Amino acid sequence: MSPSGAEVLRQIKSRIDEVDPAVVHEQVGNGAVIVDVREPEEWSAGHIPGAVHVPKSYLESRIEGAVPDRSDHVVLYCASGNRSVWAARTLIEDLGYENVESMTGGFTLWKDRGYEVATPRTLTAEQRERYSRHLLLPEVGMDGQQKLLDAKVLLLGAGGLGSPAALYLAAAGVGTLGIVDNDEVDLSNLQRQVIHSTERIGVPKVDSAEQTITALNPDVKVEKYSLRLGPENIMDVLPGWDIVVDGLDNFPTRYLLNDASVRLGTPVVSAAILGFEGQLSVFKPYDGPCYRCLFPVPPPAELAPSCGANGVLGVLPGTMGLLQATEVVKLILGEGDPLVGRLVMYDALAATTTEVKVRRDPDCPICSRHPEAISDEELGVFPDYEAFCAGAH
Amino acid sequence: MATVRIPPVLRAAVGGEKQLSASGSSVGEVLRSVADSHPDTQSQLFASDGGLNRYVNVYLNDEDVRVLDGLDTSVGDGDTLVILPAMAGGAR
Repeated sequence: MSPSGAEVLRQIKSRIDEVDPAVVHEQVGNGAVIVDVREPEEWSAGHIPGAVHVPKSYLESRIEGAVPDRSDHVVLYCASGNRSVWAARTLIEDLGYENVESMTGGFTLWKDRGYEVATPRTLTAEQRERYSRHLLLPEVGMDGQQKLLDAKVLLLGAGGLGSPAALYLAAAGVGTLGIVDNDEVDLSNLQRQVIHSTERIGVPKVDSAEQTITALNPDVKVEKYSLRLGPENIMDVLPGWDIVVDGLDNFPTRYLLNDASVRLGTPVVSAAILGFEGQLSVFKPYDGPCYRCLFPVPPPAELAPSCGANGVLGVLPGTMGLLQATEVVKLILGEGDPLVGRLVMYDALAATTTEVKVRRDPDCPICSRHPEAISDEELGVFPDYEAFCAGAH
Repeated sequence: MATVRIPPVLRAAVGGEKQLSASGSSVGEVLRSVADSHPDTQSQLFASDGGLNRYVNVYLNDEDVRVLDGLDTSVGDGDTLVILPAMAGGAR
């Protein structure tokens, strides 16, 4: 006759190292990886701070994401100390982990001892479904989705670049989107500004964008700024945002934005388009160069194609706006290599990209200085600045 | 011969070409050779003192020539010079 489950468990316990919660308490944040193997509802009700969650039912498929190095010291726990023993056996005997322990008495004993408990913020059932494809990615997961929901991203313009960026950031669950735009939807916008629609011609772009975003994802709060960004209002608009998406159409405002964002330490994900070509870079103050390091002075008006109407292939701002949205999501999650200190040029007709390095300028008039040394009066200041591109748009 | 990539705003000045081949053993020589063949680019590339205009970035392959030796940076056959002007199109 086969041995009972209890008997098998006793046999396994005799082979597995068990460790008291008092010892685990010392080990938290001290090199050991604490793994909670309970079900998601149990984890949501409270867990050991700093633990990672790998439900026992997904142990084999997900443990490598949480603990890639099989020689790492791993402490498993469950509610009472039994499921974690089974899980420890799997890690040691099936998966080759070398240094695995199971916590005696589980989370119940941990709480009884009065040790700290972390209660994670949870997603609603609808959110778990909506973001399920994010939750399956170890690089996003529950923590990453919470970061997205907590993030505040300001879009300068709900136009060619801002439209696709706003749509995908809303879909991704970026919790607060600010939109700065004082234009109304025009028929000629609709060839590329996909957040608007034919029936909204004449409607302020901020209102049109808000309608589309809310219909796509009611989780997203939209803050509307129906204004043209300028020196008189930038310090009212910019503070409080985590990241700025720059799709500005003129140089004076790009320099103004740069100077203010350096002072506030706000990363700017910047793109520009013309014809069949686009440029993209991320300006993260003091981690990398700023816009003035890259372009110390604006070009003269005859070489500044922003000063007037120019043709643009409708899909190009889609490509560039989504590359911006991708960089935004990476910055929020803290994953991957952001496009800091690099600039990508995309040639749609040739289907090629070219990347160049962008260096911090040690003599940069703005970011070589301490942020508090940059005064209001200096923001966006340039010789003949307004004259340079008068009424540029 | 080095390859010189011409940005959209300068293409009219070079007969619409996206890239040119130009001779020279330094960045300055290559760019002056471009300006000699296409005089309309002269004032767009070079300031009156003969230096590069501040609003024109030039990269040897992927490195800004300003952090190399500027116009004196050596250029070999097979190198690519990328001319990058600021662009600001986007929202409207």
